[in-house]
Amino acid sequence: MSDVYLQALLSGLMIGGVYALVAVGLTLIFGVMDIINFAHGEFLMFGMYAAFFASVLFGIDPYVTAVLALPAFFAVGWAIQGTLIKPVVGKSHAIQILLTLGLSLLLQALAQYLFSADFQSLKLDYADATLQIAGARIGWTRVAAFAISMGLCLALWLFLQRTDTGKALRACAEEHEGSLAVGIDLGRMYKIAFGLGIACVAIAGIAMTPFFYVAPVVGPKFTLVAFVIVVLGGLGNIPGAVAGALIVGVVESVGALVMPSPSLKDLAVYVLFILVLLFRPQGLFGGKGA
Amino acid sequence: MSMLAIRDLHSGYGDVPILHGFDLDIEERMIGAVVGANGAGKTTTMRAVAGILPTWRGEISLAGERIDGLTPRQRVEAGVVLVPEGRKLFPSMTVRENLELGSLHPRAKAARAQTLEQVFDIFPRLLEREGQKAGTLSGGEQQMCAIGRGLMSLPRLLMLDEPSLGLAPIIVQTIFDIVRRIREEGVTVLMVEQNVRHALALSDRAWVLEQGRVEFEGAGQEMLNDDRVRKAYLGM
Repeated sequence: MSDVYLQALLSGLMIGGVYALVAVGLTLIFGVMDIINFAHGEFLMFGMYAAFFASVLFGIDPYVTAVLALPAFFAVGWAIQGTLIKPVVGKSHAIQILLTLGLSLLLQALAQYLFSADFQSLKLDYADATLQIAGARIGWTRVAAFAISMGLCLALWLFLQRTDTGKALRACAEEHEGSLAVGIDLGRMYKIAFGLGIACVAIAGIAMTPFFYVAPVVGPKFTLVAFVIVVLGGLGNIPGAVAGALIVGVVESVGALVMPSPSLKDLAVYVLFILVLLFRPQGLFGGKGA
Repeated sequence: MSMLAIRDLHSGYGDVPILHGFDLDIEERMIGAVVGANGAGKTTTMRAVAGILPTWRGEISLAGERIDGLTPRQRVEAGVVLVPEGRKLFPSMTVRENLELGSLHPRAKAARAQTLEQVFDIFPRLLEREGQKAGTLSGGEQQMCAIGRGLMSLPRLLMLDEPSLGLAPIIVQTIFDIVRRIREEGVTVLMVEQNVRHALALSDRAWVLEQGRVEFEGAGQEMLNDDRVRKAYLGM
């Protein structure tokens, strides 16, 4: 019996790590620009398709694709910010939500048109290798996804703490007029934030491709989970998002065991979400910049 | 040549005009003060010079070079630095990080360590509080940090918007002493102050702004003795 729980705990942590990378991108974009990117999950989906087709068509390993995709998706995010998102920065939330939600639908439709609506998955010869921890078994591909995600979250954190550009990003998340006063180019910071956010979520998608299905509709679930995590961790708070993601991963995975039906596992997450909104609306770890 | 020359400046928020065209000249190494009632356009003037608000009509020049077409970032690089009303520090970042963020452009960055030393020399208090989050500082310390952050950009013209607002009288005196010292280091200072008496006593030149226009101007000391100023702003 206890092995079952250990198994659930470890599985939850592994997927929670991937959620962290998705959520960190969302919270970075929110922190700097005050925009919730409801098309976030669609970039995860495009990351997955990039890994899928690179493997199927050219035999490129997903982990190699991940390295190549980092600058590519950063550039995509940069370009989307500079064209589509730029006009709505600082506008009403309703307009921003309509835009990013519209972008989400557009990207899903585009994916259906380009890749068909079929669910597909990669067959890799190392996909079944597992790691034994006490009574539990974890697939190596999941361990790798966890390690890649945590590594990138840490790298992003160090970038924000140590470099001038990172500090400038935090500065404009905190204080717009102060940023203008010290000569920070806000437009450039927005492009960097969106580029980094999109690169993070796309890499999360690529890291999952060895063990997760690929389909045009895979995105919204991740957007929603990331949104829950971002609220849990405190809007704009990056370490909070990482901790929130691990909590959500474990609650979801253990929830599948303790709930009367495994299909109710998401319920546990949303109950937690509502409890936090009721009793600690600033998030478990406080808001921006904390 | 003037360090800052404003000609026929029109600016405002959205489509609401605040400044209706005025001229202002401040010589190098002078302290200038802009005084006037709330809503007269004092803060708007500073924001327009810093590039945070657009110049609708007119010209702004720094040491003879037009700057009204530059972005806020380019103006900071050119040496026009604003210390905004309400300090606008980055509250969850440390004092040191706040100061470092003042020196982002290449010229300031190259001199960062040296300028930081000078700022700590002017404000020993900031050195003691170096690792503390700016949001936890007292009001006076926050103002010191904001001025220090401005100095980190290596300004030629430092604009202080209400530097004494909300500070205890003894701290106000310290801040004004520091303004004098900054001028001695070769920086031109333009400030907006609600503490009219102090500001006029300190300044070489002052402008009284009313409804977006300069109502009258003169040397600070003269203005202190001007009946109109005394009646309207000093309550005498």
